[in-house]
Amino acid sequence: MTHTSLSTPPRLGAANRNPDCNPPAVAARGLTKNFGKVRAVNGIDLEVQPGEIVAFLGPNGAGKTTTIDMLLGLSRPDSGTVSIYGQSPRSAISHGLVSAVMQTGGLLKDVTVRETVQLTASLFSDSRPINEVLTRAGILDISERLVKKCSGGQQQRLRFAMALLSDPGLLILDEPTTGMDVEGRRDFWSAIREDARSGRTVIFATHYLDEADAYADRIVLVRRGEIVADGSAAEIKNLAAGRVVRASVTGLNQAELAALSGVDSVEFHTDSVLVRTKDSDTVARYLLQRTDAHDLEITSHNLEDAFLALTSDDEVRSVAAGKDNQS
Amino acid sequence: MTTVAPPISTATSRLERVVPPLGGFNLTFLLIELKRSFRNRRTLIFTIIMPIALFLIVGLPLKHVSLTGVPVSKGGLSVAAYVLISMAVYGAMVTSTAGGGAVAVERATGWSRQLRLTPVNPVAYIALKVVATLALGLLAVVATFVAGAICGVSMPLHVWILAGLAAWLGSLVFTALGLFMGYTVPSENVMQFLGPILAILALFGGLFTPLSQFPQLVQDLAKWTPVYGLGEIARLPLLGGTIEWAAVFNVIGWLAIFTIGAALMFRRDTKRV
Repeated sequence: MTHTSLSTPPRLGAANRNPDCNPPAVAARGLTKNFGKVRAVNGIDLEVQPGEIVAFLGPNGAGKTTTIDMLLGLSRPDSGTVSIYGQSPRSAISHGLVSAVMQTGGLLKDVTVRETVQLTASLFSDSRPINEVLTRAGILDISERLVKKCSGGQQQRLRFAMALLSDPGLLILDEPTTGMDVEGRRDFWSAIREDARSGRTVIFATHYLDEADAYADRIVLVRRGEIVADGSAAEIKNLAAGRVVRASVTGLNQAELAALSGVDSVEFHTDSVLVRTKDSDTVARYLLQRTDAHDLEITSHNLEDAFLALTSDDEVRSVAAGKDNQS
Repeated sequence: MTTVAPPISTATSRLERVVPPLGGFNLTFLLIELKRSFRNRRTLIFTIIMPIALFLIVGLPLKHVSLTGVPVSKGGLSVAAYVLISMAVYGAMVTSTAGGGAVAVERATGWSRQLRLTPVNPVAYIALKVVATLALGLLAVVATFVAGAICGVSMPLHVWILAGLAAWLGSLVFTALGLFMGYTVPSENVMQFLGPILAILALFGGLFTPLSQFPQLVQDLAKWTPVYGLGEIARLPLLGGTIEWAAVFNVIGWLAIFTIGAALMFRRDTKRV
């Protein structure tokens, strides 16, 4: 029985090798950031290849925004390095290679939607036509409206339009749908998804599981400033796939139980056992027929559980152990 | 898919992109900045209505009172001309302080953070604020002078021009003060506390009433306050006489103090955000 350390989670998929010599869209190594005594980011390594759509998934306070700020050069890491397309974040922004949609604020209230986009466009040496980005963001019809009269969702789509101006290779979205209603979220994501078809690299932070599942190729799970899992949605689900069989039992052949088909991990306690398995029937049959097991329970997992397990403090160790056995 | 997405640059062509010239300073930015100012009722009150109203209330009734021994009817200078120049200075300085102080609003709303996601250089952004504020300051001076001319204040042409230039360019001191406060104070309403302070400074600068009417102690102290030098220089073309070096050093000194303060606070700000 091994309990793996969480500090260096293995990258689950073997995909995303860099086929040619283009620099990765994002290469961050060993990022840490403290706010006073609080360690917001504790050693994040992240490499994103051009064309990937990556969800940065974690509960509030996991360090997502702090990490994104460092990727964009809005704050300086205490240690570690960031490069965007092989350049410093500031240089990548100046060259229009990366843009971002931040959570809140950042808009002048006393100008119109169109003026905001015009102003932003004027700052780039090269930008897409105003009407094109307004159309893509779905706000062409409200372009003459003052920003302060726009709803939260409309303001967010304005931020998206501004981010599209430089036609960036990499788009970073920090919890872009916070505060939107269901319809607003759906519209926003369909605009993003439509846009990503053109091959843009997208990294978005979210604490909504369904968003990560629905829109990302790859999910990076963060908890307490560390990456605890990194893989496709299917792979993340697999981390907690199968079922957990729990029973009160004494006198048990550990090796025999672990050798049953489908068993991922076995945990013994003084008078009980907890088995993670893809085949709960076999384990239950074994326990009930061959041992004195009683009070047997079988529970199943879904992505929600995987998320909770990987990002909450209590269960994380045991799920990580399961992951270790699986990979 | 039937919809055809517009072509998106390839990764390689993206890597060949250039950084905009002048750090992103451009005319579109400036025009939108000015448009914003004109949409703001407060700006118009500070810039145009207030100096003109003060002139009409304080200066106009004194139109026929002579500033010198020569009666106004015989071509002597009117007290109204003195007040007119003072109000032009006051309008320009309040406008400039408000213009510089506007960075506080933009910091508070996160707009300055948003700008950091664009190629704009922070120094170009400050330069833009200064130029936009200069434009408004010029408007304040011209509007006040036009009101004065319409009301029949007469001064030699060179006095209009030189006093106007002094009031206008001198307002840079207060743009620097506004920027300094804008980067120092976390509040959006910098002008709410700067407004009364400016009025007191204007009083010490002799803008509302000649300093000679105050006790000697007040006069001595007033020479060290930020409006004194500007007021003296702006009135010089009207009153004549030789330039007082104390006034020049006063302007340069305060400009330096406010500019250095603004630069230090600006650096602290860009590090932190």
